[in-house]
Formats: sequence, C-alpha cells, structure tokens
Amino acid sequence: MRPRVGQMLASSVDTTAVIVVRCPDSELDITCGGAAMAEANGPGPAATGTADPDQMGGSLLGKRYADDELGLELLCTKPGQGTLALNGVPLPLKSPKPLPASD
Amino acid sequence: MNISMLLDMAAEGFGDRIVIGRTDDGLTAPRLRELAAGGAGSVRAAEADAIVYLAVNGPALPVALFAAARAGVPLIPVNYRLGEAQLAALLSNHPRALGIADEEHGEALRRAGLAVRSPAEWLKEAAEATASPEDEDPASPPGSPAVLIYTSGTTSTPKGVVLRHHNLVSYVLGTVEFAGAGPEEAALVSVPPYHIAAVSNILTNLYAGRRALCLDQFTPESWLDLVRRQGITNAMVVPTMLARIMDTDGLDRSVPSLRALAYGGARMPVRVIETALRTWPHIDFVNAYGLTETSSTITILGPQEHRTAVASDDPAVRARLGSAGLPVPGVELEVRDAYGAVAAPGETGQIWVRGEQVSGEYAGQGSAVDERGFFHTRDQGRVDADGYLHIEGRADDTIIRGAENIAPAEIEDVLLCHPDVLDAVVVGVPDEEWGQRIEAVVVVRDGAEIDAGELRAQVRGTLRGSKTPERITRWPELPRTPTGKLVRRDIVAALTAETVGRQG
Repeated sequence: MRPRVGQMLASSVDTTAVIVVRCPDSELDITCGGAAMAEANGPGPAATGTADPDQMGGSLLGKRYADDELGLELLCTKPGQGTLALNGVPLPLKSPKPLPASD
Repeated sequence: MNISMLLDMAAEGFGDRIVIGRTDDGLTAPRLRELAAGGAGSVRAAEADAIVYLAVNGPALPVALFAAARAGVPLIPVNYRLGEAQLAALLSNHPRALGIADEEHGEALRRAGLAVRSPAEWLKEAAEATASPEDEDPASPPGSPAVLIYTSGTTSTPKGVVLRHHNLVSYVLGTVEFAGAGPEEAALVSVPPYHIAAVSNILTNLYAGRRALCLDQFTPESWLDLVRRQGITNAMVVPTMLARIMDTDGLDRSVPSLRALAYGGARMPVRVIETALRTWPHIDFVNAYGLTETSSTITILGPQEHRTAVASDDPAVRARLGSAGLPVPGVELEVRDAYGAVAAPGETGQIWVRGEQVSGEYAGQGSAVDERGFFHTRDQGRVDADGYLHIEGRADDTIIRGAENIAPAEIEDVLLCHPDVLDAVVVGVPDEEWGQRIEAVVVVRDGAEIDAGELRAQVRGTLRGSKTPERITRWPELPRTPTGKLVRRDIVAALTAETVGRQG
C-alpha cells in the first residue's frame, strides 16, 4: 500500500488501529500480527485475517512506532495484541521527545 | 483524523481520572465522551449547521467542541465583548446555528434568530439525551471544519478563521505525547473561549491526560488563589496578566504547586519576564508564538533557554529572552525580504509558515497560502544565527516617517527598559510634514515621576534621532483587548483628536 499522512489504518486480526503521522512517498507493506493493515472506514473492518502467532507482541495506546530510516511513523489509536511491522520487520517503539506544554 | 479520535483515546486511556474542572465535581474523559454524544444528538435534532458559543469558559465549552465534532459541524466561540452591531453582523453569518449563551448575551442570539440555551441547560440537555445509533461514530471527514474563530480585529475587520479537523489533530500529534502528564497535573487557562489557546488547550491537555480548569474573569488575586487551591501545575497567561501578577502590590505570590507557565498572544516586556524569573526561580517558563490561523503554537522558547538567557552576560544569548524560540516539529518557517526572497540570518522581514497545522483559511475567502503552501503571518521578525525567531511586531503597525519604515516594537522596548514604565506604545500619527510622526504613550508606576525629555534622550541614545518620539504622553492605562493585544487605532485616534483639540 501507499500510505499517506493522516490516514487511519486498522488491523485485520485484532483491535489495533493506527494513524499515519509521517511516511515516505513509496509502496510499503504495513502489517499487524503478520496480516496486512487496511484503511479504516467507519466502525472498522471485521477481523478477517489470520494472525501469525509469532507476531503477537502487542501495541500500546498512544505510543508511536517508527522506522526512522524509511521515515514511517505510526501512532497507535486503539491497542491490540498484534505486532506492528513494516516490510516484515517489527516496528520499534519510538521514545518520546516531549515539548514543554505551551497552551 | 477527527478531534473525536483524541477524545476516544483519552476515554480509553484515562478511565476515572478527572480531565475537566475541579477535582470534586469535574468530568472524566468517558463522561465527556457521553456528554459529547448527547450534545451531538441535540445538534442533529435541531438540524443546526454549527454551534455558536457566546459565554464564559467552563465545562460547557469542551462538551460543545466535541459535540460539534461528532455531529460534523463547527464550533464557533464568539467574543462576548463585541459591540452590538459587530456581534449582529457576525451572527448573521450563522442563522442555522445552535446557540449557547450566558443570560446577558442570550438576547443577541435570539435577535439573530438562534435557539438559545444557557451553558447549564446545554450540559443538562447533553446529559439527558439518549444517544442514537448514528451517534456511534464521528461522521465528519478529516477535511471538514472543526472550529471557526473570528480574529480579534485589532488591525482589520474580524475574519473567520477556519480550522479543520486535520489542522487541529496535526497540531496535537506534533506537539504533545499521549498520557505525557502525571495524574496529579492540572492546567489553568485564563483566556476566553474565543481565543485559539482556549480551544487548543482543551485538546492538548486532554491528550496529555492533564486536568484542565479555567478562570473566567482574570484578576491577579483570583488567579493566584485558584492556583494554590486547585494545586495547579501548569498555566497559560497573556503578557498583561503576568505583568499584573508581578506588578500589583501586596499580593501573596507563593505558588508551590506551579511547575510551568506558558505565555503568548502578545509581546512580553523583558522587564516583566525577568521579574517573573527572579520571583519564581523554580518555574519552567515557556514562550509560545502562534496565531489563530496556525492552530496555536508554531514556535517555542523553552525553560532552559529562559534560564540560560537571564543568567548570561553575552548580549546575543541574553536577547533570547525576547525571542519566540524555535519552530515546533512539523512547522517550517521563513523570513522573507521585501522582494519575497528568504532573508539572511539577522535580517528583518515578514514571517511565513507552512505545516499541516497551518490553516491559513478564512470563511468565505478560501485559502490564503501561497503556491508553496506558506501562510503570511503579517508579523515582522528575524531569525538569529542559531535559528531563534525574534518577532518585531505586526507589519501593519509599521510607521512610515518620511521615507523611513520604523517598527514601533524596538522603540517600545527601549521605553519599557525604564524601571518605572509599566506599559508603552509607539504609533504613527498623521502628520502634514512627515506623513506620519512618531508619538509614544506610557503608563508610569503609581507615585513615580518621569521626565518625558529624559525618556526621549534614552531612545535617542539607544536608537537614533529619527526614531525618537516627538511627543510622549502619559496615560493611566493603554487600551488593550482582554487577551492583551493593543488596539493601536484607538490610540492613534485619541492622540489625533487631542492634537486637533489643542490646536483648535
């Protein structure tokens, strides 16, 4: 898929949902629990994919998962059991760089 | 990418934590979501195309913001201090809106043909509404307007700034970490609902998990009292509020719970921020620069930069205290010269910005961004060698004396350096010989005597003769909006009338 900033993606194997915060302009394979994620429309797709038991490490609400080399950053808006991965490689948790509150 | 998503995340993540209001009777995020769903039902039932909010800040505002988002209509917080004619003109743009107004402002809405409820009635209605199936999911697409805020109109007729869902969500995701606040943290906002910081404050604090409170009528005493009583850890003020907190005699300024104080909305006199840094050495000060058109903050001067600047002997580092800091992630900033080229470091020009959070769009006028997506802030400034932005006032405030362009800000800064000058403004007054002549008005500390000749000499010594005000008048106070912005045209009008009167 070719993701775009602001796009909502949903898992096909569990409850996980993410929003694309940053992405390169290229074709990417974004998976959750080993199954391809798809654009979320409305209440979210029914979980129809088959989960890979080795990719069920989970993702946490509000955390960012990023590949800095490829410039992809996903923000988890709904947590789940599946592992988020890019081109078959699990996406590492990005450590927050908090700004001071300004308003 | 709807702001409802931020509320859903908060409801999921923060459970029983109070996120709006006082600890004893405030709202949790799940409760806020229920009220938003109920409120959205009211909006749909009324077939309203917007929510107009004409009341002081309170829990009804966040409920209205998220109810509007769920119903797919914008929230329009309106300035309750507008004159009758201005208010009527503005409301005539929104005849099909659902109205929320204080008792004293309800009549204006009714005259404009809107159905009106008070903030208390609105909360009751939202609580009693039964959510219908269509309320389950936010209907509005990311490109639809979430908020319409009219500019203050200090330099031109108020314009309706359109902030779309993706602008506001981008701002929050770019500048705040989810659940970044501890459960004990509480933020106090003292700006009225029609100020962008009041809207962005709801979103950023909710997303951080920080309880948000508001003070509807600012006085230094009530602000300090609320900070102490509610254990406020973070607060946002406009410069005039901090000046009053620092300059009012006989106040108990102890604020043991307060950790961070953000300020913005107008220029901060260096004297005031220096006093505040000395008075409250334990507090993290944050200068935030932003506009309604940019979904709030676009540059930040952080706590460590404040401390380093005030402790430094290096003039360049010390000058940072007057700086607006560095751009936030996702915002690109350019200073452009008179020919539209990017200015060199240190060179003054006009400030342009680009980013997902930048709307640059006015209701009925469309987008005001250029072909590269940059928005013209109409603020003048320069970026120093280390990338720090220094704001030098509105481009529209520039005085043209003879053929020389003069920025009032640098003259005001010199006047404000005098320890007994509490407030100062410099304006161009129509003049037959020069086109405009420079005049200043100062507010002097009670009991102090200041010689206008001495002040003029101070300007001449620091700047140069052509930038020295021809006349310096003393007033008890300057006309400022409640959000701290100077109303320069009123000052020019008063000075012009005075001169005419004197001559006649």
